Amino acid sequence: MAAENIFAHVKRALIAAVWLAFLTAPIMVIRVDTVEKTVTWRWMHLAYMAAGSFLLALVWYIMLERRDRGKANKDAEGNVKESALARGFADPKLVKPMLAFGFVAAVAFPWIFSMYQTNILVSALIYVVLGLGLNITVGLAGLLDLGYVAFYAVGAYTYALLNHHFDLGFWTVLPMGAIMGAFFGLLLGFPVLRLRGDYLAIVTLGFGQIIRLVLENWSDFSFGPSGIANIDRPGLFGIPYSVEQATTYIYYIMLGLVMLTIFVTARLKDSRIGRAWLALREDEIACQAMGIDNTRAKLMAFALGATLASLMGVVFAAKTTFVNPASFTFMESAMILAIVVLGGMGSVVGVILGAFLLMLLPEYMRAFSEYRMLLFGATMIVIMVFMPKGLVRAKRKIYKINAETAG
Amino acid sequence: MEYFLQLFFSGLSRGSVYALIALGYTMVYGIIELINFAHGEIYMIGAFMGLIVAGVLTAMGWPVLSILVIAIIVSVLYSAAYGYTVEKIAYKPLRGAPRLAPLISAIGMSILLQNYIMLAQTPDFLPFPRLIPDLDFMERFSMFLGTSDLFIIVTSLVVMVALTLFIKFTRMGKAMRATAQNRKMAMLVGVNVDQVISATFVIGSSLAAVGGVLIATHVGQINFVIGFLAGIKAFTAAVLGGIGSIPGAVLGGLVLGWTESFATGYVSSDYEDVFAFCLLVLILIFRPAGLLGKQRAQKV
Amino acid sequence: MAQTDTAQAPDGAVLSVHNMSMNFGGLRALSEVDLEVRQGEVVALIGPNGAGKTTFFNCITGIYTPSEGDVFAYPRSGKKRRVNGMRTNLVCELGMARTFQNIRLFPSMTALENVMIGRHCRTKTGILGAILRGPGTRREEQMVVDSSYELLKKVGLEKMANEYSRNLPYGAQRRLEIARALATEPFLLLLDEPAAGMNPQETLELKEMVIRIREEFKVSVLLIEHDMKMVMSLSDRIYVMEYGRVISTGTPKEVGEDPQVIRAYLGEESDA
Repeated sequence: MAAENIFAHVKRALIAAVWLAFLTAPIMVIRVDTVEKTVTWRWMHLAYMAAGSFLLALVWYIMLERRDRGKANKDAEGNVKESALARGFADPKLVKPMLAFGFVAAVAFPWIFSMYQTNILVSALIYVVLGLGLNITVGLAGLLDLGYVAFYAVGAYTYALLNHHFDLGFWTVLPMGAIMGAFFGLLLGFPVLRLRGDYLAIVTLGFGQIIRLVLENWSDFSFGPSGIANIDRPGLFGIPYSVEQATTYIYYIMLGLVMLTIFVTARLKDSRIGRAWLALREDEIACQAMGIDNTRAKLMAFALGATLASLMGVVFAAKTTFVNPASFTFMESAMILAIVVLGGMGSVVGVILGAFLLMLLPEYMRAFSEYRMLLFGATMIVIMVFMPKGLVRAKRKIYKINAETAG
Repeated sequence: MEYFLQLFFSGLSRGSVYALIALGYTMVYGIIELINFAHGEIYMIGAFMGLIVAGVLTAMGWPVLSILVIAIIVSVLYSAAYGYTVEKIAYKPLRGAPRLAPLISAIGMSILLQNYIMLAQTPDFLPFPRLIPDLDFMERFSMFLGTSDLFIIVTSLVVMVALTLFIKFTRMGKAMRATAQNRKMAMLVGVNVDQVISATFVIGSSLAAVGGVLIATHVGQINFVIGFLAGIKAFTAAVLGGIGSIPGAVLGGLVLGWTESFATGYVSSDYEDVFAFCLLVLILIFRPAGLLGKQRAQKV
Repeated sequence: MAQTDTAQAPDGAVLSVHNMSMNFGGLRALSEVDLEVRQGEVVALIGPNGAGKTTFFNCITGIYTPSEGDVFAYPRSGKKRRVNGMRTNLVCELGMARTFQNIRLFPSMTALENVMIGRHCRTKTGILGAILRGPGTRREEQMVVDSSYELLKKVGLEKMANEYSRNLPYGAQRRLEIARALATEPFLLLLDEPAAGMNPQETLELKEMVIRIREEFKVSVLLIEHDMKMVMSLSDRIYVMEYGRVISTGTPKEVGEDPQVIRAYLGEESDA
């Protein structure tokens, strides 16, 4: 890169830093107490902010220039260079050993690491499935669902309530949870799915809030904000087991469910149904004009996503043995959306990667844990601006043509 | 009757604030067809700026009414700057991207701003000083109309009239209307669309800031998440009136304010927020064009 | 909703439109339009910009519901069906497939996949089938791939089968849209300005392709087109529209000599 170019970037970054420092100064520096009528001045914050925003702005401008130049190049050549990451996943020679290693590591995990670590991994796996479920709705079918967590709540409360009132076990409720999820998906989906993209987003957000508020306020039904405690862990043929063993057990259940979900979503993606979803995402009008029943395709995507979320709700309730409405806020929906967006909408591998990154990084960088949501928000913006396809670009399958008929 | 009037006026003042915020949604949507998810956060930042100014000036012992005026002015200026910056960072680089991209980046911005305030200030509720003094002549009406309600209603009215005049008669207002109707055409006849979009964000954010300070001093406490709920409700108001329509946003705000006020007054206060969401869902399903919006034919 | 009548239309019509009008609010976009397409015909719909040609297409494919009048289709099954207000996807399933004036392909899907989408309504793998992927599903999938590839060959795009459709050259995109429409096994192909933006050579090739397609697939064709040379040499009959009305109809020769048509066209030119 030319020197004057860098210089121009530095200059712009300086201006941006001054502007941002000015913008954030009152909120970063001043802290008031209107009861005691005192004011605290925290000038150091201003210095941090200025330095930080200078660096960020510099990176931002350089990346923005590279992005726009990349676009111009792409237009000229007509194709895009794959990232190293995507190529790594595509190379069949690497994929098989990687998968085998991953599987062995996953099975051995609870025997090598502590219960604490296993527990974290279970949470991450739950988010993998949630991400894959939302990926069907948002990534494949292009329906932005901002109330996804509501279906998670449906599953969790289905188990919690049935267990509390009727003493039903985990394995009985698991399929029931799936059915409840699908039912709610259809019930909510039916009226809203003819809405345009951004309206759909808002209505689903509204539905998500309604479900949470009802859970909070309808105490006779849901026990209100205090929630339901002492939910049974999954049964193991009536054999009693310790808490530690329970974690391992749930870990294996989750591992099975994750593999099942990956299998199902990968198969669906590469099928008549999956193609219809993609077409729907690309151009609704053309899709319908080519004979695809839009409503049906949308309902399928919506209900399937809801089913997976609800399944995870059941597992979540069994894992924590406690549910309350606070676990099902909009931020939770946003987090799952961030997983899908970061990983790459439509890409199964990407979503798995996204879930691990977003769930495990904050967990292992305790110092940053307060900044977790801040970073989520920033990630969503940065990803949209610089790599709208996410970490792993969803790739279309190359079909094999039957030589006999094609010859 | 008194109870009815009390609900009527509290609905009116609540509705005016919804309308103030809804105007920002509606204007931005009219120009770039984006649901500016971070708009609620701008309102929240407006309230925080108000708090900071009020806190500093109170500590210095200034008179209440002058604090109110200065708080509103500073908060309007800062919120406008925030709105401007948000557009430059999160939306401008995404012009021409697929429709969901700016929406997702808007959600990201909303989360970012919330957490920025939480980290820089506090996760807890902060008490907000009462900046609107009780006026003597209002005593007679105090059974159903407080001074702060009156103040909110009058201020909102003034601001809205000013906005209408601005849009109708100024050069920028005309450019805005032109851009809302047809961006390409406006560009061809020499409208600086970038400037228009920035101006829209600036104006929308200023209105939200006015609403933020007014509501904060009325309610008496604020925290970093107030923008989320207020934002959704104001968006409901905008959709209710017909998104893209300025009188629609005002009407929608008032209808929503009254709905909430009467529903909590006569039905149940537990489900205060549920009413707004139900209204939102019903409107979007049955009349997505809103009360004053036009049903547009799909272009193929 | 759908009237059924086993009797074939008297003169072998596959589409007959009676007295159809379309109002948008106060605006009358189409007014009492009558139109008929017979088995195996190529019929052209011409007229100045804004005459209502695309609106006509939208009305008969279910994107708009006509305000007045009747649209009847006579699919291969021989059952007469009323099309007014039928859902767009059902119209396509019935056998009326269209292309779009401003190309509407699925940009991040490959050319082959675009055609495969057209096969959707003629295949039936469901969710369970897709997940289990039994032999039946696999067979169907391979048939979809193969027949779609065949269609790509028919429009000369087999070399670009695995290219993203957004990366195809303009003329190829137009042909791909036709292949996609053919994949739905239509009895009537509706082409909205298929030659728009093509150079004379490409237009000529397109014309030959349409003729070939008509023979091979036994489809009737209704097309909107501005290229007069193509229209005159390709179509069996022509309908001329102006201000939402049909002002003239007949063979290319008859229409070409109609003073009203000449006025409509020259009038437009002097405006420009």
